[in-house]
Amino acid sequence: MSAVLTIEELRSGLAWRKNLDKAFVVVGLLILMSCLGLLALLFLDLVRDGASRFGWDFLTQFPSRKAERAGILSAWVGTSMIMLVTALVALPVGVAAAIYLEEYAPKNWFTGVIEINVTNLAGVPSIVYGLLALGLFVYKFGFGQSVLSAGLTLALLILPIIIVGTREALRAVPKAIREAAYGLGATRWEVTKDHVLPYSTGGILTGLILGLSRAIGETAPIITIGALSFIAFLPNSPISGTFPFVNFEWLKSEFTAMPIQIFNWVSRPDQAFQQNAAAAAAILLGMTLAMNAIAIWIRYRFRKKINW
Amino acid sequence: MSATTTTRSTALGKGAFSSLAYRKYRDRGIELILLACALVAVFTTLAIVVILVVESSYFFEHVTIREFLTDRMWTPLFDDAHYGIMPLVSGTLTVTFVALLVAIPLGTIIAIYLSEFATHRMRETVKPILELLGAVPTVVYGYFALLMVTPFLQKFMPNLPGFNMLSAGLVIGLMIVPYVASVSEDAMRAVPRYMREGSYAMGATKLQTALRVVVPGALSGIAAAYILGISRAIGETMVVAIAAGMQPTLTFNPTEPAATITAYIVQVSLGDLPHDSIGYQSIFAAGLVLMLMTLVFNVIGYFLTRKFREAY
Repeated sequence: MSAVLTIEELRSGLAWRKNLDKAFVVVGLLILMSCLGLLALLFLDLVRDGASRFGWDFLTQFPSRKAERAGILSAWVGTSMIMLVTALVALPVGVAAAIYLEEYAPKNWFTGVIEINVTNLAGVPSIVYGLLALGLFVYKFGFGQSVLSAGLTLALLILPIIIVGTREALRAVPKAIREAAYGLGATRWEVTKDHVLPYSTGGILTGLILGLSRAIGETAPIITIGALSFIAFLPNSPISGTFPFVNFEWLKSEFTAMPIQIFNWVSRPDQAFQQNAAAAAAILLGMTLAMNAIAIWIRYRFRKKINW
Repeated sequence: MSATTTTRSTALGKGAFSSLAYRKYRDRGIELILLACALVAVFTTLAIVVILVVESSYFFEHVTIREFLTDRMWTPLFDDAHYGIMPLVSGTLTVTFVALLVAIPLGTIIAIYLSEFATHRMRETVKPILELLGAVPTVVYGYFALLMVTPFLQKFMPNLPGFNMLSAGLVIGLMIVPYVASVSEDAMRAVPRYMREGSYAMGATKLQTALRVVVPGALSGIAAAYILGISRAIGETMVVAIAAGMQPTLTFNPTEPAATITAYIVQVSLGDLPHDSIGYQSIFAAGLVLMLMTLVFNVIGYFLTRKFREAY
């Protein structure tokens, strides 16, 4: 190309560059749509494969050697109990940690260390949490291969998600609100508890639900702890008819969970079991998507209600 | 005047003052509780390191580091036991490579498209979908790999075994596309508007601006997205455990079945191993290698982002 362009050269070059632009738009859109389309296709196929198994029986029966009689009762009950433990542990600890980092922590190397840890933990492969739990909860603390171990493991796993979510929510509360409360003589905790936290409830809930939706599908860490794939009994009910009406026996119970059940079924060569896997996977997928939808809805609702 | 103040303070009694003191003490106590919760993150990291190192140290009492690194077979559960980590590492790297071959180009193109070309409405629709896809349980992707992608590939490659690293890698790639796209798009959106406008003013088209101004400007964020993608691919467990087979084989050929580090840990955990057996200890040694691999990539990523960071 010569240093001085004629007007024709410039025009043709410009036309070429503009065509490249158009080509990229087409390519980009095509790739985006084919990725989303492919995933949609896979999901539809999954639902179709499992369609014959959907029904009340599937939800209320224990796993069985016969594929057509097998159900996911012990799996979804186990998953619910694990999620209960996870939520009860991860929510208070995560929110407290976030409040400390956002409202209390001085800016020094020590806070820096905590922050780096939170960031790094989010990138640790989930199976490593499983190994941690196996060494620590199952053997050192002697919790065994129980609902409690699984719940604690997943709580550690989603802690960074809850911390990050809560911090974002706290950060969104304007400084003026804090200063107004300080001006009236409130202590730091009173400011946080009575003013900052109520405004950030939406964000905190969103973080919790997103964390739980991640935990509900996690398979690797709870396999490592030793979830069983064939469980034909339910843990003791947490609520009992006699005083004191609650019991904690269920925490020590052995368990299975939805993803474990799916993994077990999908690994069998028998096609009837693979249909069970598809049906259970579709249900699990539905649960995750529903949780995410709820989280998005809460975020939207709270955002609309707040007018600073 | 001063008399009234005195009476008032006595009227309020010591209660008012002790209440302030009490509130301050309570604040201090609460701060300590909050700090303790924040320290859980630090303790988790420490516990991970300690557990992995201590449990693997038992393993390395039986197995020399030299054997661990140079033996070409990994069969800790057989009578003829070999303890060479290489087959597991080769499996992990092969699957990760296939996954990145899918995820990096597709993810980057989608990110450029969304950030620079798509309409506002399009972006606002697609971004939540991408984030939603990140929440899909990986066991579901394992189902896709084994029962949908492998049979599909077998139509074109009749010799492809039922378990293979190719379909596992492809599905993991597809799985992390939304992730890479979403994080890179965030980085590109953070490039200031005036840089784009400067480029347009020089007569550059959108594509030129995107490739020569926005992408270099966002390179540190894009590199971070790639590194996160690599970490996820290395640590991905269920897809490979389901679809890639579980025999540790020293091969870099993706059309063969092989085990990854993560798949091996799952395989051992599914059995019932006594606490002090070498099989039990071997999963911690494998886990330690996995942690070191992710650590290496994270450190590389950290330096890459520092090197390529453009200040504006």
